[in-house]
Amino acid sequence: MSSEKEPLFSAKNLKLLKEPLGSSNPITVQVLGICSALAVTVKLKPSIVMAISVMVVLAASNVVVSLLRKMVPPRIRIIVQLVVIATMVILVDQVLKAYAYDVSKQLSVFVGLIITNCIIMGRLEAFALGNRPWPSFLDGLGNAAGYGVILIIVAFFRELLGSGTLLGYKVIPQAFYDAGYMNNGMMILPPMALVVVGIIIWIQRARRKDLIEN
Amino acid sequence: MENLVNIFVKSIFIDNMIFAYFLGMCSYLAVSKTVKTSTGLGIAVIFVLGFTVPVDYLLEKFVLKDGALAWLSPALADVDLTFLSFIMFIAVIASMVQLVEMVVEKFAPALYTSLGIFLPLIAVNCAILGGSLFMQEREYANIAEATAFGLGSGVGWFLAIVGIAAIREKIKYSNVPAPLRGLGITFIITGLMGIAFMSFMGIKL
Repeated sequence: MSSEKEPLFSAKNLKLLKEPLGSSNPITVQVLGICSALAVTVKLKPSIVMAISVMVVLAASNVVVSLLRKMVPPRIRIIVQLVVIATMVILVDQVLKAYAYDVSKQLSVFVGLIITNCIIMGRLEAFALGNRPWPSFLDGLGNAAGYGVILIIVAFFRELLGSGTLLGYKVIPQAFYDAGYMNNGMMILPPMALVVVGIIIWIQRARRKDLIEN
Repeated sequence: MENLVNIFVKSIFIDNMIFAYFLGMCSYLAVSKTVKTSTGLGIAVIFVLGFTVPVDYLLEKFVLKDGALAWLSPALADVDLTFLSFIMFIAVIASMVQLVEMVVEKFAPALYTSLGIFLPLIAVNCAILGGSLFMQEREYANIAEATAFGLGSGVGWFLAIVGIAAIREKIKYSNVPAPLRGLGITFIITGLMGIAFMSFMGIKL
């Protein structure tokens, strides 16, 4: 394939994996893929399933689009990308329905909405169209991981404070409840997801001054 | 008729696309800097949702649903094409957006120039696909109900984006903590607006 011999995990490629976790995080910095990120984070389990689904779809469609990049005329690239993404999402949806039916019911329309998740379109346009398959694959994994990390952090706090459980197991001891502790019902409601993400952005930007907007 | 009004009002206030389901957040955050552009985008979304939801409803009813092909020939009565719905819906949305764009250009050139780039971009707005998927999940009884739902969701989205744009125009003059400026404060304000919209939840329709 390539004439230059570049090791599979060269420094440049590792950077593709690492950067989206922090300084170019898709949710808090690039502002992509917010739509689905907030709605599924009431509980930890659907969030983890969602993060894995996005990772599969993003990595696979990044590779496919990267393989096709020289064959597709620029005028029709959007529709080609949509078809590739939609095919991957149908595969993921059918697998979820077969092996994790209850989670798939909880996620309801949000699995289908991975198609219009801006992270996927954004990465295809910005990266896969101009790079070889292997870096595109790593870029897909990295960005999906950055997305997943935020999803899991938000879900962790919402489930812990809102229901007193983690992954369905009770973690707040009964003694607390006896002493008058109450679950914060507010955390389960949709608006708090926005506030939690707002606070994550606040903390991240307070630590890294270069990300502050004017 | 009463039923239609109920669905319309419910999809504007109680099942609001932004505050209850976070659909279309990407363009909501990106385009809500001024009231003028967000009004344009909001109107375009009402347009497209009002068109695509009924069309997808017909598609669902006569092609995709389990046994929906029975009207073609009895031999096709047990064909279930539901798994194709994502790809069909997105194709319908992409072509409807194109069609709406052409119609608007022909009959309302002033509106067309004011919407500009936003019309084609609506194809990848999650609120549109979300509208069709919710329509499929909630199984509306007829096309009128589906249309009422589509229009109502569009109006709800319109209200949300115009509201946040107005607040963002004013907040430029406030002293927000530096790390929270821009994206962070927009998230928190949207959360507060969502809490305000939750007060509609108690209404029994």
